[in-house]
Amino acid sequence: MKTIHLQYFAILKEKRGEARETLQTEANTAAELYQDLKSRYHFPLSVDRLRVAINEEFSDMDTTLQENDEIVYIPPVAGG
Amino acid sequence: MFSLSDTSITCSPENLQNPAAGAYVSFEGWVRNHNEGKEVKSLEYEAYHALANKEGERILQEAKEKFDILESLCIHRIGHLQIGEVAVWVGVIAKHRDAAFLACRYIIDEVKIRVPIWKKENYTDGDSGWVRCEHCAGHVHG
Repeated sequence: MKTIHLQYFAILKEKRGEARETLQTEANTAAELYQDLKSRYHFPLSVDRLRVAINEEFSDMDTTLQENDEIVYIPPVAGG
Repeated sequence: MFSLSDTSITCSPENLQNPAAGAYVSFEGWVRNHNEGKEVKSLEYEAYHALANKEGERILQEAKEKFDILESLCIHRIGHLQIGEVAVWVGVIAKHRDAAFLACRYIIDEVKIRVPIWKKENYTDGDSGWVRCEHCAGHVHG
Protein backbone atom coordinates (compact mmCIF):
# COMPACT_ATOMS: atom_id res chain seq x y z
CA MET A 1 0.00 0.00 0.00
CA LYS A 2 1.18 3.48 -0.84
CA THR A 3 0.16 6.83 0.56
CA ILE A 4 -0.90 9.20 -2.21
CA HIS A 5 -1.91 12.85 -1.95
CA LEU A 6 -4.55 14.02 -4.39
CA GLN A 7 -5.67 17.48 -5.39
CA TYR A 8 -8.86 17.96 -7.39
CA PHE A 9 -9.85 20.75 -9.74
CA ALA A 10 -12.87 21.87 -11.73
CA ILE A 11 -15.38 19.15 -12.52
CA LEU A 12 -13.48 16.53 -10.53
CA LYS A 13 -13.46 18.76 -7.45
CA GLU A 14 -17.20 19.26 -7.77
CA LYS A 15 -17.90 15.55 -8.13
CA ARG A 16 -15.57 14.66 -5.29
CA GLY A 17 -16.84 17.43 -3.03
CA GLU A 18 -13.31 18.03 -1.75
CA ALA A 19 -10.28 19.90 -3.07
CA ARG A 20 -7.78 17.41 -1.70
CA GLU A 21 -7.39 14.13 0.11
CA THR A 22 -4.75 11.64 1.15
CA LEU A 23 -5.42 7.96 0.68
CA GLN A 24 -3.86 4.52 0.72
CA THR A 25 -3.89 2.63 -2.54
CA GLU A 26 -2.70 -0.61 -4.07
CA ALA A 27 -2.87 0.87 -7.57
CA ASN A 28 0.43 0.64 -9.41
CA THR A 29 0.00 3.46 -11.90
CA ALA A 30 -1.73 6.83 -12.15
CA ALA A 31 -4.18 5.31 -14.63
CA GLU A 32 -5.07 2.45 -12.27
CA LEU A 33 -5.62 4.84 -9.39
CA TYR A 34 -7.92 6.96 -11.55
CA GLN A 35 -10.03 3.92 -12.40
CA ASP A 36 -10.51 3.27 -8.67
CA LEU A 37 -11.42 6.89 -8.01
CA LYS A 38 -13.72 7.03 -11.02
CA SER A 39 -15.83 4.15 -9.75
CA ARG A 40 -15.69 5.34 -6.14
CA TYR A 41 -16.73 8.94 -6.85
CA HIS A 42 -18.57 8.49 -10.16
CA PHE A 43 -16.21 10.77 -12.03
CA PRO A 44 -17.74 11.46 -15.44
CA LEU A 45 -14.51 11.64 -17.44
CA SER A 46 -12.80 8.58 -18.85
CA VAL A 47 -9.08 8.31 -18.29
CA ASP A 48 -8.26 9.02 -21.93
CA ARG A 49 -9.79 12.51 -21.54
CA LEU A 50 -7.34 13.42 -18.79
CA ARG A 51 -3.74 14.35 -18.31
CA VAL A 52 -1.97 13.73 -15.06
CA ALA A 53 0.51 15.78 -13.06
CA ILE A 54 2.76 14.05 -10.55
CA ASN A 55 4.61 16.23 -8.06
CA GLU A 56 3.70 19.39 -9.99
CA GLU A 57 4.86 18.19 -13.42
CA PHE A 58 2.97 16.70 -16.35
CA SER A 59 3.54 12.99 -16.38
CA ASP A 60 2.46 9.79 -18.04
CA MET A 61 -0.62 7.87 -16.92
CA ASP A 62 1.47 4.69 -16.91
CA THR A 63 3.95 6.14 -14.43
CA THR A 64 4.44 3.89 -11.42
CA LEU A 65 3.20 5.59 -8.26
CA GLN A 66 5.69 6.28 -5.50
CA GLU A 67 5.06 6.70 -1.78
CA ASN A 68 3.80 10.24 -1.03
CA ASP A 69 3.35 11.25 -4.66
CA GLU A 70 1.15 14.29 -5.20
CA ILE A 71 -1.27 13.54 -8.00
CA VAL A 72 -3.52 15.88 -9.95
CA TYR A 73 -5.78 14.58 -12.68
CA ILE A 74 -6.22 17.32 -15.26
CA PRO A 75 -9.57 17.51 -17.06
CA PRO A 76 -9.64 19.11 -20.53
CA VAL A 77 -8.38 22.67 -20.06
CA ALA A 78 -10.28 25.74 -21.22
CA GLY A 79 -8.24 28.85 -20.57
CA GLY A 80 -8.38 31.98 -22.68
CA MET B 1 6.47 36.53 -17.20
CA PHE B 2 3.28 34.50 -16.88
CA SER B 3 0.92 35.20 -14.00
CA LEU B 4 -2.54 34.48 -12.69
CA SER B 5 -4.63 37.30 -11.30
CA ASP B 6 -7.74 37.22 -9.14
CA THR B 7 -8.43 40.89 -9.78
CA SER B 8 -9.17 42.85 -12.97
CA ILE B 9 -6.34 42.88 -15.47
CA THR B 10 -5.11 46.37 -16.17
CA CYS B 11 -3.64 45.92 -19.62
CA SER B 12 -0.50 47.89 -20.00
CA PRO B 13 2.78 47.51 -21.85
CA GLU B 14 4.60 49.34 -19.05
CA ASN B 15 6.47 46.23 -17.99
CA LEU B 16 7.59 45.56 -21.55
CA GLN B 17 9.58 48.69 -22.21
CA ASN B 18 12.84 48.22 -24.05
CA PRO B 19 14.61 50.88 -26.12
CA ALA B 20 15.39 48.30 -28.83
CA ALA B 21 11.66 47.65 -29.37
CA GLY B 22 10.04 48.89 -32.56
CA ALA B 23 6.82 46.93 -32.27
CA TYR B 24 4.31 46.14 -29.54
CA VAL B 25 1.46 43.66 -30.11
CA SER B 26 -1.12 42.75 -27.51
CA PHE B 27 -4.11 40.46 -27.36
CA GLU B 28 -7.07 40.57 -24.98
CA GLY B 29 -9.48 37.68 -24.59
CA TRP B 30 -12.87 38.92 -23.35
CA VAL B 31 -15.76 37.16 -21.68
CA ARG B 32 -18.52 36.97 -24.29
CA ASN B 33 -22.22 36.54 -23.68
CA HIS B 34 -22.70 33.31 -25.61
CA ASN B 35 -21.05 29.97 -26.25
CA GLU B 36 -22.24 27.03 -28.33
CA GLY B 37 -25.78 28.37 -28.55
CA LYS B 38 -26.14 29.14 -24.85
CA GLU B 39 -26.48 32.61 -23.35
CA VAL B 40 -23.69 33.11 -20.85
CA LYS B 41 -24.32 35.26 -17.77
CA SER B 42 -20.89 35.04 -16.15
CA LEU B 43 -18.07 32.58 -15.75
CA GLU B 44 -15.49 31.26 -13.37
CA TYR B 45 -11.89 30.37 -14.05
CA GLU B 46 -10.05 27.95 -11.83
CA ALA B 47 -6.34 27.13 -12.11
CA TYR B 48 -3.87 24.61 -10.79
CA HIS B 49 -1.54 27.43 -9.83
CA ALA B 50 1.78 25.64 -9.44
CA LEU B 51 1.62 23.92 -12.81
CA ALA B 52 -0.19 26.74 -14.62
CA ASN B 53 2.63 29.12 -13.75
CA LYS B 54 5.30 26.64 -14.84
CA GLU B 55 3.59 25.79 -18.12
CA GLY B 56 2.83 29.45 -18.83
CA GLU B 57 6.48 30.35 -18.32
CA ARG B 58 7.55 27.52 -20.61
CA ILE B 59 5.27 28.87 -23.37
CA LEU B 60 6.74 32.36 -23.06
CA GLN B 61 10.23 30.92 -23.17
CA GLU B 62 9.36 28.91 -26.29
CA ALA B 63 8.02 32.08 -27.93
CA LYS B 64 11.33 33.76 -27.27
CA GLU B 65 13.23 30.86 -28.84
CA LYS B 66 10.98 30.57 -31.89
CA PHE B 67 10.55 34.26 -32.72
CA ASP B 68 12.85 37.25 -32.71
CA ILE B 69 11.17 39.07 -29.83
CA LEU B 70 12.53 41.03 -26.89
CA GLU B 71 9.98 40.38 -24.14
CA SER B 72 6.56 38.89 -23.55
CA LEU B 73 3.99 38.90 -20.78
CA CYS B 74 0.80 36.95 -20.19
CA ILE B 75 -1.76 37.45 -17.43
CA HIS B 76 -4.74 35.12 -17.02
CA ARG B 77 -7.67 35.85 -14.75
CA ILE B 78 -9.05 33.41 -12.25
CA GLY B 79 -12.23 33.69 -10.20
CA HIS B 80 -15.64 35.06 -11.13
CA LEU B 81 -15.82 37.19 -14.29
CA GLN B 82 -18.64 39.20 -15.84
CA ILE B 83 -19.41 39.69 -19.54
CA GLY B 84 -16.89 42.01 -21.18
CA GLU B 85 -14.13 41.54 -18.64
CA VAL B 86 -10.63 40.74 -19.80
CA ALA B 87 -10.00 37.02 -19.23
CA VAL B 88 -6.48 36.89 -20.63
CA TRP B 89 -3.94 39.45 -21.77
CA VAL B 90 -0.82 38.84 -23.87
CA GLY B 91 1.77 41.50 -24.69
CA VAL B 92 4.86 41.12 -26.85
CA ILE B 93 7.55 43.57 -27.88
CA ALA B 94 10.06 43.01 -30.67
CA LYS B 95 12.38 44.93 -32.90
CA HIS B 96 9.98 44.41 -35.83
CA ARG B 97 6.25 43.72 -36.10
CA ASP B 98 6.28 40.31 -37.81
CA ALA B 99 7.88 38.52 -34.89
CA ALA B 100 5.64 40.36 -32.42
CA PHE B 101 2.45 39.31 -34.22
CA LEU B 102 3.58 35.69 -34.58
CA ALA B 103 4.75 35.36 -31.00
CA CYS B 104 1.55 36.87 -29.63
CA ARG B 105 -0.52 34.41 -31.65
CA TYR B 106 1.69 31.50 -30.55
CA ILE B 107 1.40 32.41 -26.88
CA ILE B 108 -2.39 32.72 -26.76
CA ASP B 109 -2.90 29.54 -28.81
CA GLU B 110 -0.59 27.50 -26.58
CA VAL B 111 -1.98 28.94 -23.34
CA LYS B 112 -5.48 27.89 -24.35
CA ILE B 113 -4.56 24.27 -24.98
CA ARG B 114 -1.78 23.61 -22.45
CA VAL B 115 -2.13 25.63 -19.26
CA PRO B 116 -4.21 23.91 -16.55
CA ILE B 117 -7.00 26.48 -16.30
CA TRP B 118 -10.67 25.53 -16.39
CA LYS B 119 -13.74 27.58 -17.25
CA LYS B 120 -17.20 27.15 -15.82
CA GLU B 121 -19.96 29.00 -17.63
CA ASN B 122 -23.06 30.17 -15.80
CA TYR B 123 -25.95 30.43 -18.24
CA THR B 124 -28.90 32.81 -18.19
CA ASP B 125 -31.28 29.85 -17.84
CA GLY B 126 -29.71 28.96 -14.49
CA ASP B 127 -27.74 25.99 -15.79
CA SER B 128 -23.94 25.88 -15.69
CA GLY B 129 -21.18 23.74 -17.08
CA TRP B 130 -17.44 23.18 -17.26
CA VAL B 131 -16.36 23.97 -20.79
CA ARG B 132 -15.01 20.94 -22.71
CA CYS B 133 -15.85 18.64 -19.79
CA GLU B 134 -19.61 18.39 -19.58
CA HIS B 135 -20.57 16.95 -22.96
CA CYS B 136 -18.30 13.98 -22.60
CA ALA B 137 -19.78 13.61 -19.14
CA GLY B 138 -23.15 12.84 -20.64
CA HIS B 139 -24.49 15.99 -19.02
CA VAL B 140 -27.46 17.46 -20.86
CA HIS B 141 -27.88 21.20 -20.62
CA GLY B 142 -31.29 22.69 -19.98
